[in-house]
Amino acid sequence: MNSNPSTPMNAHAPSSSSGGAGSPDSNAPRRNSKRPKYSRFTQQELPACKPILTPKWVISAFMLVTIVFIPIGFTSLFASRDVVEIIDRYDNACVQGSKSQKVQHIQSATSNKTCIRSLTVRKRMKQPIYVYYQLDNFYQNHRRYVKSRSDQQLRNRGDENDTSTCKPEHVANGMSIVPCGLVAWSLFNDTYSFSTSNNIQLTINKRHISWKSDRDEKFGSDVFPKNFQNGRLIGGGSLNESIPLNEQEDLIVWMRTAALPTFRKLYGKIEVDIEAGETINVVVENRYNTYSFSGKKKLVLSTTSWLGGKNNFIGIAYLSVGGLCFLLATTFTIIYLVKPRHLGDPTYLSWNRNPGGH
Amino acid sequence: MIAPLAFVIGLSMAKEAIENWHRFMQDMKVNMRKLRVHSGEGVFSLKPWMNIRVGDVVKVEKDQFFPADLLLLSSSYEDGICYVETMNLDGETNLKVKRSLESTLFLDDDSAFKDFNGTIKCEDPNPNLYTFVGNLEYERQVYPLDPSQILLRDSKLRNTGHVYGVVIFSGHDSKVMQNGTKSPSKRSTIEKQMDKIIYVLFTLLVLISLISSTGFAIKTKTQTPSLWYLQVEAHDDDARLYDPTNASLSGFYHLITALILYGYLIPISLYVSIELVKVLQAVFINQDLNMYDEETGTPAQARTSNLNEELGMVDTILSDKTGTLTCNQMDFLKCSIAGVPYGIRSSEVELAAANQMAMDLEGHVGHFVRSSGQNGQEIELEAVTASKDSSGTLIKGFSFDDNRLMNGNWVQEANPDVMLLFFRVLALCHTAIPEFNEETDSYSYEAESPDEGAFLVAAREFGFEFCRRTQSSIFVRERDPSSQEFVEREFKLLNLLDFTSKRKRMSVIVQDETGQILLLCKGADSIIFDRLSKSGRIFEEATTKHLNDYGEAGLRTLALAYKKLEESEYISWNEEFIKAKTSIGGDREAMLERVSDMMEKDLILVGATAVEDKLQQGVPQCIDKLAQAGLKIWLLTGDKMETAINIGFACSLLRQGMKQICISTNVDMLNQDSKKAVKENIELQITNAYQMIKLEKDPHAAFALIIDGKTLTYALEEDLKHQFLNLAIDCASVICCRVSPKQKAMVTRLVKEGTGKTTLAIGDGANDVGMIQEADIGVGISGVEGMQAVMASDFAIAQFRFLERLLVVHGHWCYKRIAQMICYFFYKNIAFGLTLFYFEAFTGFSGQSVYNDWYMLLFNVVLTSLPVIALGVFEQDVSSEICLQFPALYQQGPKNLFFDWYRIFGWMGNGLYCSLIVFFLNIIIFYDQAFRAGGQTADMTVLGTAMFTCVIYAVNCQIALTMSHFTWIQHFLIGFSIVAWYVFLILYGMMPPELSGNAYRIFVEALAPAPLFWLTTILVTIACNLPYLAHISFQRSFSPMDHHVIQEIKYYKKDVEDRHMWTRERSKARQETKIGFTARVDAKIRQFRQMLQKKSSVLSPRVALAATRT
Repeated sequence: MNSNPSTPMNAHAPSSSSGGAGSPDSNAPRRNSKRPKYSRFTQQELPACKPILTPKWVISAFMLVTIVFIPIGFTSLFASRDVVEIIDRYDNACVQGSKSQKVQHIQSATSNKTCIRSLTVRKRMKQPIYVYYQLDNFYQNHRRYVKSRSDQQLRNRGDENDTSTCKPEHVANGMSIVPCGLVAWSLFNDTYSFSTSNNIQLTINKRHISWKSDRDEKFGSDVFPKNFQNGRLIGGGSLNESIPLNEQEDLIVWMRTAALPTFRKLYGKIEVDIEAGETINVVVENRYNTYSFSGKKKLVLSTTSWLGGKNNFIGIAYLSVGGLCFLLATTFTIIYLVKPRHLGDPTYLSWNRNPGGH
Repeated sequence: MIAPLAFVIGLSMAKEAIENWHRFMQDMKVNMRKLRVHSGEGVFSLKPWMNIRVGDVVKVEKDQFFPADLLLLSSSYEDGICYVETMNLDGETNLKVKRSLESTLFLDDDSAFKDFNGTIKCEDPNPNLYTFVGNLEYERQVYPLDPSQILLRDSKLRNTGHVYGVVIFSGHDSKVMQNGTKSPSKRSTIEKQMDKIIYVLFTLLVLISLISSTGFAIKTKTQTPSLWYLQVEAHDDDARLYDPTNASLSGFYHLITALILYGYLIPISLYVSIELVKVLQAVFINQDLNMYDEETGTPAQARTSNLNEELGMVDTILSDKTGTLTCNQMDFLKCSIAGVPYGIRSSEVELAAANQMAMDLEGHVGHFVRSSGQNGQEIELEAVTASKDSSGTLIKGFSFDDNRLMNGNWVQEANPDVMLLFFRVLALCHTAIPEFNEETDSYSYEAESPDEGAFLVAAREFGFEFCRRTQSSIFVRERDPSSQEFVEREFKLLNLLDFTSKRKRMSVIVQDETGQILLLCKGADSIIFDRLSKSGRIFEEATTKHLNDYGEAGLRTLALAYKKLEESEYISWNEEFIKAKTSIGGDREAMLERVSDMMEKDLILVGATAVEDKLQQGVPQCIDKLAQAGLKIWLLTGDKMETAINIGFACSLLRQGMKQICISTNVDMLNQDSKKAVKENIELQITNAYQMIKLEKDPHAAFALIIDGKTLTYALEEDLKHQFLNLAIDCASVICCRVSPKQKAMVTRLVKEGTGKTTLAIGDGANDVGMIQEADIGVGISGVEGMQAVMASDFAIAQFRFLERLLVVHGHWCYKRIAQMICYFFYKNIAFGLTLFYFEAFTGFSGQSVYNDWYMLLFNVVLTSLPVIALGVFEQDVSSEICLQFPALYQQGPKNLFFDWYRIFGWMGNGLYCSLIVFFLNIIIFYDQAFRAGGQTADMTVLGTAMFTCVIYAVNCQIALTMSHFTWIQHFLIGFSIVAWYVFLILYGMMPPELSGNAYRIFVEALAPAPLFWLTTILVTIACNLPYLAHISFQRSFSPMDHHVIQEIKYYKKDVEDRHMWTRERSKARQETKIGFTARVDAKIRQFRQMLQKKSSVLSPRVALAATRT
């Protein structure tokens, strides 16, 4: 729509008031109502701090980062150094042959899947020693996989049939599966038992390997596995139907889907110290099929520090950033000393820098 | 995704709808106006405007608007004249006389139209306001019609009881409507540039979506069949998304998933935030007390909020004159009678110039003497006008102050008879109509030009009160100087020789009561001086000097002369005059002119007048500041060339010593030569002028281009307009006079499109509507005249002087705010959005996001939006005082220093860097080992939450580094954003696991106790911001920008300690301006120095030579 340029409203007396000092206007009250009210806010005059990056500030900021980061870096590195970690890849060692042979072997119900591994402890491991399994090239973060679960069902007995989100592993033989979904269905089921070289069995404590909140709230104490691994396809491990879900800690741990295709999950804890030089024999029930997709399986024993597991990276990162800041601080100091610019030096104003200004 | 988009679109739709509705109502109001229309048999009945058709005979009453373009048939005056006010067409408030054809004069009664029958043949509808070609066939005779019989729509009938007219053009065919331009929807430069960035980002989005979907298709084909735990062979609904047998289709589906997932790269919330920010900025503009006009009680008004930042990028200002720069009020200020100057009051220009001179000279002296503690320099120009205002003028149009002339004292002067003649010329030589004003018990005058009005007021004050006019006589109440009694004298008006822009003079021939016949003449000094008799040149020298002085002072001058006529002489002349007048044919005009010429010679000079076209308050100062800010100012006015030039002087757009380039068409040539020849002539003028500028060596030389409307018609044609523009750009000031509304718009478009720079048009009347709509920003002056300019404008201010604050303060701030805000917004969304993409690569491109959906939703809504809005609303690089003190800072906007591609890509690169740091540091740190003492490893939720925390910290710290102005609001909002994230995490973690999923108690149980989480947050935050911090630190130490240095000066309070430096820098900061007061003063000082040098060169040539070289 075209705005209409033909609507003159008040075209009278064009030249009255704007010039000389106020000819008194009759409609004073109306005028005042339009007058904006003064407040520091509306006039944009709120008190403000206007910090500027003086060299002093810059150098001290960089120095501060250096001073804080370098010690943290070293502390982290030391903490990480104290952690003893033993990693043993056993997928290839336990099954020989070509890929298809391996797959056949692992899928066969009758083949003997027991496998013995021995680990040497190079450094004293203080209890608790955490036992992890590590899978590689396993996409627990695949969208199809992540979505295929039902948190309702896991928690409440009444929501047993709430399996719509679990497809394609939601029903078997016409009944709902508890726990449903691909995540539960593909439960990791290799088992490990440990003994020392002098044949003392090392008990693995599998209690409290999951998150407390998961046990207490997310997985119901009255929800029992039902119709699990009864379908056309058998995925991973099966569950004891007489134990409620909140005590099935392997499942709980497994259900916390990992972010990356390489991940570790807690298998249990060994609650005795293991001396350096000791050899540990591990009996692996190598049941879980990673051979189809050439995924590696590793067994990991690790102690922890206050920082968690072995993690040199954070220490190195802290040292690098700290070092970089030190470098920057030094650079700025040198600049400041060698070629100082007086703050607020007007010669740096653009009109003073352009030759030809008057 | 959809909701915010719908919200944004809905919001703007609603806004548009409301605006359209208002427009519709307004149109209806106009359309429904009633008017008397001849309905047959000599009866006139009321009809709404919208039903008026071409050929209708209408009767328009006094003070009504004409509903269409009419041919004037007759009026309530018996000679068929009527007065119209054309303010809505050309902005002039004076009255214009229209005259009907003699042959239609008899139609002076309703019933006369009973059997009236005629045919009008005329040109097609066109936008030319000042031309009309056509003829009237009536009773088998053909009468030519010219513009003086045409009453244009939107002008108003004044001082005339009623007129009859016949509709020639109605509705959109009328000349005013033809002058209308489509009201465009305007978008700011930054927004247009932002669109380009959105394209870039969209390309990026499509690119990474394509990468993602290709990756997915490949993975689906080759890898997923072996991933047994995904059961891709199963036949559920979702399976086709992962179907390895049809991987390309899956890939296509995935493309859509990816487009939605990475949609965070395109910040839809940016549009919402920008809308919000701009509305708040507009509120600040509306609320600014410094732009509130106490006189009229109007605050500034940002009518559209989407051009705020454009205010900071203006390069050229195109200004209307009347009502914008001037109040359209003439004040009789000085006069020179019989070679003696009268009038002791100074003009505004003189006062301000004198003050500025004093100030600046002091400053210059300070240079050499290095005197310290000059406190007097802070006097602002405003003080000058303030002091003038306080003295006050009580009588409108009369600021004259000189006791020698007042109260009849003039009789005691040396030449009382010359004086008498002077006053009589003032009182008699005009075409005005008196109106008795009961309130003041005196007469006010409706004059053709405001100057005339001022003369009559002056004459009244001197004791020669013009009180009545009949067809043949003029009555003046003269106060007898001796008795102070009023005597009404009658002067028989014998002839009236009209004022035309070509003649530049007007004369009346009157016979006084004694029977003496007098020719009284007033006109442009050059014209009058040419026509003086030998004996009439006694005062010429003195008067010329005074006229020059007046011109210098920015006053409008006219010379007055008279001549005594013998009765016989007159009678013989009159015969010829009547012959010429009654002759029919094309040469009538020429004949009339020739006869008039014969009469108007051998005049005797009486004196000269100086009238001040009162500038609006603060206009010269404002223009000076705007010029210092590097803005170019073009004056587009419907006024006559002389008037425009005078105003140019008054507001320092022109000054003495400036080379004026006048491009015009010779009127004679226009008649004789073909259009082509005229055009060639103009082209030659333009080329010559251009050459002259190019060859000019003096760096201080300034040129002014003055062009009139007729010439402009040719100059604006396709093949000539670029030459014209090139010339205009090289001139310090450009004045276009006699331009029609359409031409104003066309000039505006030429500047806008030709230079590609931002233009701002400012005006107050309906004739400025086209220009206001055409310019990038239209500013309307509200409060005085009609509302149309305001209705069409984007910003409305009450006074021209507020433009300075609107541009230099609000424009500067808004530009920087919006520019920084947009850059930051892109940065933050890239930093966030790309992490999603990287994660994809680790999930087999399956489209899984590492973040909880709620995190992503809140990211733009709560967690990062508020500080950036605060940046957009409250950021101030320097305070408003400094903005005003250093207009040069404004140049950062027109140069677009804060939103160039270098900067935009810099920010995007920063975003890319941040996303890399956030993502990779986090995945390496939370890779596979336990992340807390309990031995548990990180799952997707932990990683996602840790990463998200890092993003929140990084972007919020980034904005803290970006800001330079922290009020409690910014402190609060940045803090709030970070705290809100934790609060959300805690609250979300407290919700039942069905809702929170794996995020249940994530913070309280898993993250908060884990030192690794906190260490990561700190590490990533610092690492993300390190390059930016280093960059701005280096920038500040090596190549600080102007506002950096000024911030530092303020920070260390150097401006207080070293006032001298501060003042010096302030004066230096002024751009190399060629217009404005400062330039004027500089030119004066240069002149002064040259004089000194000349003097010294006489003494020692070599020194002088050196001096000139430097």
